[in-house]
Amino acid sequence: MKLSHDRLPSTLVAGVALLIAIVLAVLIIPLVSPYDPTAEDISSMLQPPSFAHPFGTDQLGRDLLVRVAAAGRVDLALMVGVELLPFIIGTAAGLIAGYYGGWPNRVITLLSDALIAFPFYLLVAVVAFVTGTGITGIFLTFLIMGWIIFARTVKGATASLAGAEWVESARVMGFSDASILVHQMLPNVLSQAVIVLVSDMVALLVAIVTLGYLGLGVTPPTPDWGTMIADGQSFLSTRWWVSTLPGCAVVLVGIALALIGDGLNDARRQS
Amino acid sequence: MGESGAGKSTLARVAAGLITPATGQVLLDGEPLAPIHRTREQHRRIQMVFQNPDSSLNPSHSIYRILSEGMLLHRTLGASGVRPSRAAITQRCLELLNMVGLSDADILSRRPQAFSGGQRQRIAIARTLAVNPDVLIADEPTSALDVSVQHEILDLLAALRQTQGLSLMLITHDLGVANALCDDIMVMRGGTSVVHKSTEEFFADPGPQYAQDLLAAASSVSITPQSV
Repeated sequence: MKLSHDRLPSTLVAGVALLIAIVLAVLIIPLVSPYDPTAEDISSMLQPPSFAHPFGTDQLGRDLLVRVAAAGRVDLALMVGVELLPFIIGTAAGLIAGYYGGWPNRVITLLSDALIAFPFYLLVAVVAFVTGTGITGIFLTFLIMGWIIFARTVKGATASLAGAEWVESARVMGFSDASILVHQMLPNVLSQAVIVLVSDMVALLVAIVTLGYLGLGVTPPTPDWGTMIADGQSFLSTRWWVSTLPGCAVVLVGIALALIGDGLNDARRQS
Repeated sequence: MGESGAGKSTLARVAAGLITPATGQVLLDGEPLAPIHRTREQHRRIQMVFQNPDSSLNPSHSIYRILSEGMLLHRTLGASGVRPSRAAITQRCLELLNMVGLSDADILSRRPQAFSGGQRQRIAIARTLAVNPDVLIADEPTSALDVSVQHEILDLLAALRQTQGLSLMLITHDLGVANALCDDIMVMRGGTSVVHKSTEEFFADPGPQYAQDLLAAASSVSITPQSV
């Protein structure tokens, strides 16, 4: 998918701009803020948004602005890190299944069908039971489940191209199967996988936040949007900012990724 | 030659090493070739131009890449063991495009979608020439093209056959084209060769009834050699 600046979809531009703004905010705010995201200050508990604390403070007197930013660092890094390996594995599996068909396709399809039938949050609980709560459990769970969507997308796209004459030309030319997969097929299916990647990141972020909310994700004192939402739940009717502002951060990232996904889709259709 | 389903394209794919034959083997200069897993040199020597120019070029690659990847794989440019410079590759790509009647330097940076069917088929032919093949298999290379462009492509193949010393294995429905372009004609039916003769002998005495019927049917339309 090759894009020229004069025909970039506006949704893509808006999504990328919003995401850059969010990433810059979560990187810069903890550096310039006078507050430590984990330092408790009992004298400043549950203060509403003010000049000193633009997002207010939580039940332990911690500045919520710096905590939302610090949690953003954790959750966004986790989102990218957790998605990367399943993306690579799923894309490779999809390429192999789509190109060769036959038994590689049957094995990969069987494996993905078996895994997808397993309830996701039950798997989370099982993995958390084995590994304990925290990042390792999240990483393992998404590694087990996350590759499937990429494998299915790439398999379909690859299978539809495998009989194309330009693929046969490459075979006649003498390119190896590995070279055909990586250099010929991959550039033609990668855009679809990337679109799925961006869309899946939204679901992944929601899952990370949900796991934090349920106490199965990032463990305190490391800040995390899900844990922060759960912490403020008891005060939701009187101290709305404690839960709402971390929730708004999740929504903003979701909007940015959804815009990017739509924009990439539009760009792919244009090209 | 032969009717649809006669096995012409299957035979071409067997010769090109794309599929394994049920029986028999492919010989090149008397040397048997593996059905599919051939040596790099054997791959280089037999190239193929496909029927549909719309799907015969990788849509995500530039024309530069399409033309250069074969010559880099087979090291047909520059001294062996030394990767040629980008300038040398570009120069060779432009020479190849010139050979097939395309001369705009901007072509190299563009992708296949920017070209017409006839231009794409020329680029597909240029790609095969990049590896200096001995045999060029052309599987109905004009059937997906406009009539005016068909003649241009056939003219080009006839010229390249002369200038590049290529052996051309042409699959066609058109006896006139076969008459003008080919030294030998093989007629296929039901996956086997019905007749295999020199073109001159074929038109003098087509042999089996099926070949006679084919010639008679073509004569009732026109078998006048075209302008190739």
